[in-house]
Amino acid sequence: MKTGSMIRSSDHDFLTRVKESEEDTFAQKAVAKAQDAQWIKREGARRELGNWEDWRKLGEQIRQHTVRYLPDYLEEFSDNVESNGGHVFFAQTDIEARDFITNLAREKQVKHVVKSKSMVTTEIGIDEALLEIPGMELLETDLAEFILQQDDWDQPTHLVFPALHKNRDQVREVFMEKLGYEGDNDPQHLARFARKVMRKRFLENEMSITGCNFAVADNGMINLDTNEGNADLCMAIPKIQVVCMGMERIVPGMREAETIDNMLARSAVGQKITTYCTFTSRQVDGESDGPEEFYVVIIDNGRSNALGTDFEPILQCIRCASCLNVCPVYRHIGGHGYGSIYPGPVGSILSPVLQGNYDDFAELPYACSLCTACTSTCPVKIPLHKLLLKHREIEMDDIHQSKLIDDVVMRVVGLGTGHSSLFRTALGLDHLAMAPLARKGPEAAKNLYSDDKHVEWMPFVFGGWTKVRDLPDPPAHSKNFRSWFKTHKPADVDPKIAKHTAQREQEIQAERKA
Amino acid sequence: MKVVIFSTCVVDMMFPNVGKAMVEVLERFGCETFMPMQQICCGQPTYNSGYVKSTKHVMHNEVDALLSVDADYVVGPAGSCVNMLKELPAHLKGEPAYQAKAQAIADKTYEFSQFVYRVLGIENAGAELDAVATYHRSCHMTRLLGESTSPFALLDHVKGLTMVPLPHIENCCGFGGMFSMKEPEISRQMVDEKVNDVISTNASVLISCDPACLMNIGGRCNRRGESITIMHLAEVLNHDVDISRVTYVDAQESKGVLI
Repeated sequence: MKTGSMIRSSDHDFLTRVKESEEDTFAQKAVAKAQDAQWIKREGARRELGNWEDWRKLGEQIRQHTVRYLPDYLEEFSDNVESNGGHVFFAQTDIEARDFITNLAREKQVKHVVKSKSMVTTEIGIDEALLEIPGMELLETDLAEFILQQDDWDQPTHLVFPALHKNRDQVREVFMEKLGYEGDNDPQHLARFARKVMRKRFLENEMSITGCNFAVADNGMINLDTNEGNADLCMAIPKIQVVCMGMERIVPGMREAETIDNMLARSAVGQKITTYCTFTSRQVDGESDGPEEFYVVIIDNGRSNALGTDFEPILQCIRCASCLNVCPVYRHIGGHGYGSIYPGPVGSILSPVLQGNYDDFAELPYACSLCTACTSTCPVKIPLHKLLLKHREIEMDDIHQSKLIDDVVMRVVGLGTGHSSLFRTALGLDHLAMAPLARKGPEAAKNLYSDDKHVEWMPFVFGGWTKVRDLPDPPAHSKNFRSWFKTHKPADVDPKIAKHTAQREQEIQAERKA
Repeated sequence: MKVVIFSTCVVDMMFPNVGKAMVEVLERFGCETFMPMQQICCGQPTYNSGYVKSTKHVMHNEVDALLSVDADYVVGPAGSCVNMLKELPAHLKGEPAYQAKAQAIADKTYEFSQFVYRVLGIENAGAELDAVATYHRSCHMTRLLGESTSPFALLDHVKGLTMVPLPHIENCCGFGGMFSMKEPEISRQMVDEKVNDVISTNASVLISCDPACLMNIGGRCNRRGESITIMHLAEVLNHDVDISRVTYVDAQESKGVLI
């Protein structure tokens, strides 16, 4: 299998995915509802902390610094894991990471694996790889991931709430069909049932695989922030723990971990701190729980494509998903529409970076209205919309990925908006040129169409506009703004007003001097 | 005060009423206005589509045009385009001469409502509009230009006007420049939600400071047959004006409002 291919969450093309997302009205409503609820919780939690903008600057500094000195921190972390008696494996690709973990499982004759929620394990496709081992039983223990697994490995649609697209009836159906559940659709009953299934399995298993919110460089510990407690059971019970982490998920020390955890919980779920905020490593002498064997798999898998490039800031990401939670495009196309396990603004940037090309995700940088809600909410100040623009620049200016006709149209727009004589000619002709397309009102939207005419069909890429909404018919040349400006005579200014404005002018000049 | 009108290509091509209203309001308050005919566009249509190289000469032309008149200020009727002017120095960083010129423009450029409220110091422009209205806050004006006070402060003082809050005011209307044309299926869903939110307010007038957002929301309303009056803030402030109603921002009381 090609490296990087596990990032894809759908084989359908972009337009099909968008259509499928719109047809899934439940998921769409669920996302909108979650976004609205998260808005209130998140902003409240941030307000409560106070000085949120200062926290963001601090978060940005910590993450920027760590990414800039990533090799040093990785070395320090790795040395500390080893000196705590753990082992570190650096995986350049998803294939290397999969092979390491499956070989370990074979070597240790592991037949039962429990997992806690981790996007990077989905990214490397570890579940599929482990299940190829004969007799292997594997269980996702995060409730949402558990639901997805039971539903024949449905794909996650959100970084923090992977099963956001499923409702309680769907969950009930899955549990009934796959696990013999007989109760109602009450979420509490469903969760209690899932817990019963999981508890038994926790006690049987020999190996756990967890993710890693942050790795602490100066003590070699792993930090996991969860709300269900399943990750802590994954760390406490089995003899062997394998931690999978993206290579950038590192903080210099506990002080930085505390800062970033604080921002993560507030940004991701609107909590002061997650229910469980755990720092762990190998079991040390005298302890009654924790893994006897502790492995950390540090995964590159395309992340170094960003190092030293304009895309480096995407490695600052702490996976809070607040950019998804404010994104109006995610609101409508959901995780499924993106076709990547990393959806939303961060996913549109990260997915092509991880793959190192635009083969699978060429559309994603354009699936964005540049509303910049993501950039404004990002707790570590990643300039997300600017990175999306950077992708577009590479796609158009460098590798010319556009359809030929669109390319020609956009170059004509470039000419027309850059050459004054051309633009003035256009202003003189647009009314006449559009005349055959113009439709007479009555218009439902009043005061928008200067000559009470609108256009319902346009050629080329402009047809995307008229497919959805009407376009104003450009006014006749004699009636456009420029013609009016040339002939209009300014009215006399009221003396009192003139006096005020003159005074304001003086005040401003005085302010500027000061 | 000498003011260069940054008309924007959208107003030049589609919305003469917005340009007229802006100029009339500015002139009413003692500004001498200039309209360099060489100007065209801030460059967003191509720049935001990824055609960065082909946008350079668009930026050069706009910079040269807006500097061709020696004025105190540059004022435009669109928050998004005004923000682009403010970003031009960053986009022209490889060309020191143009970057310096772009910086000179950026330093004196204001969006219409912020110029009226913060520079001219006007609180009540003397307008009257007997209507219930709601306001669409454009993304670039709010988040990038950082202006979310001036329009509301000015609208609060329009006689006869009742403003009702727009649900999900923070969400994009789905315009996004070429996004609206390249991704019509996503854009439609976004603008439909916006139209639904506008209708839910029972307002008869939709006001904004970005003509392109209005063209999008209004264009969808028209296609759906939803009856609504679309107005730019400048048109509201230019409606049934009685200058005896004019009041100013109190410089002592509202520290930090005036620039």
